[in-house]
Amino acid sequence: MRTILHSDANCFYASVEMLHHPECRNLPMAVGGDPETRHGIILTANYIAKRSGVRTGAALWEAREACPGLVILPPDYDQYLRFSGYLREIYGNYTDRVEAFGLDECWLDVSESCGIKGEGEKIAKEINERVRKELGLTVSVGVSWNKIFAKFGSDYRKPDAVTCVSRENYRRIVWERPVSELLYVGRATSAKLRKLGINTIGELAETDPDFLYAYFGKMGSTLSIFANGEDRTPVSLIGDQVPVKSVGNGMTMPYDLKTDEEVRVSCYMLSESVARRLRENGFAGDVIELYVRDSELHGLTRRHRIDVPTNISFEIAEEAFRLFRENYRWKKPIRGLCVRVSNLTAEKRPYQLSLFRSETVRKKQLIMDQTVEKIRRRFGDDAIRRGLMAFGPRITPRKRQEQVIHPLSYFQKGNLSGA
Amino acid sequence: MEETYKVYVEVGVIFERDGRIVPKWLKMGDVRYDIERILDCRRAASMKAGGCGLRYTIRCRGQNAYLFFEDTEPGAWFVESRQAVPAG
Repeated sequence: MRTILHSDANCFYASVEMLHHPECRNLPMAVGGDPETRHGIILTANYIAKRSGVRTGAALWEAREACPGLVILPPDYDQYLRFSGYLREIYGNYTDRVEAFGLDECWLDVSESCGIKGEGEKIAKEINERVRKELGLTVSVGVSWNKIFAKFGSDYRKPDAVTCVSRENYRRIVWERPVSELLYVGRATSAKLRKLGINTIGELAETDPDFLYAYFGKMGSTLSIFANGEDRTPVSLIGDQVPVKSVGNGMTMPYDLKTDEEVRVSCYMLSESVARRLRENGFAGDVIELYVRDSELHGLTRRHRIDVPTNISFEIAEEAFRLFRENYRWKKPIRGLCVRVSNLTAEKRPYQLSLFRSETVRKKQLIMDQTVEKIRRRFGDDAIRRGLMAFGPRITPRKRQEQVIHPLSYFQKGNLSGA
Repeated sequence: MEETYKVYVEVGVIFERDGRIVPKWLKMGDVRYDIERILDCRRAASMKAGGCGLRYTIRCRGQNAYLFFEDTEPGAWFVESRQAVPAG
């Protein structure tokens, strides 16, 4: 039987800021986006603010209303990445099976380290103390024999705690909780389960798995396995890279876009960044996808497979803009756009030439992209821009490192329950 | 309760061949303090000053003190001080 830990840094961004700003420790504070460019939402808040009703995802004005006197600091992703690295260094002292789930959460498989480093709970307590002493942050750690229950353990008590979910207490800690708290049970699934009379995880666990499979398909079996603590998904090795399935970049515009020209410029801006990241990882893709969000926050997605895989910004941008022109009926101004390239292949892979594209022109465009990249690397992103960008919104796409923040899907590597 | 401040200081260091960074002196205001010995070096947070990094326990003018190397990009050295801006 394995020993799995789940370590969750409490109010991560806020805690990092409070470490560096001692004056905020006893005040309600939150980390939030920049209202000037309309990225104004709360990313996280400290416990004092949370108690006043400040929630992650709330607009800045909503948060200020709920909690007058709230101190809002802008996010400093470089700093958070740095601390995330330090956390993983500490975890790495106990095992090489450390799997990150976002910046602030990690699973650890310490089964093979127990002989040397001590029992799971002992390791968890040591980690908890080291994080406090060495980084000035607090973590909640859950200890159990599978990833799902270990995560329940860390959620159970916050902040700064270690909770063991054992064969003796899992019914109390996990089974009494509502189904909505189980990983991968969202609003729709929990509503469906409630209609079937299944309200707690324990009730889900005791429901016939064949019935759940019949009703929910594969996900039903998975949920049954999760609820019973039978998940055997391994914790990945520390160096493992998740295979990239698509590369995209999206932005909320600093002001609502109203003309085709503004959209075209934005497509180019986003495509340049996507193209660069594709090339950095040696990929090309032939499915171009565009996501448009209007001023009432309604979204529209269109994608198209082009004839030749590409990582050239011109080709990506033109296709994205074409998708836009063909599908968007300017009913409302545009709040946000996202350009994504998927169905990736290795860029050096031989491909069937197209009758309709000139390879000479493509080569020149690629060289141009690469040259622009070199100039930007040496002289900064603003050193060179396409001429057409003078006619669009002055937006600064996020720096490279900020583009890989979000937790990946639990099933990303194709590990479906491991059962 | 006494206030503690995070004060960045100028530090003269030697990079040993094996990569170790050895601080030799530090300067607060106009005063230069030679570091007689390094007793310890470990990663630690300073809740008082508000930061984290490699904490060197140094011996200076017969007294022990903490000198932190904040390993950001670029790095910087700071101390916990009772004065915000140390007198000369």
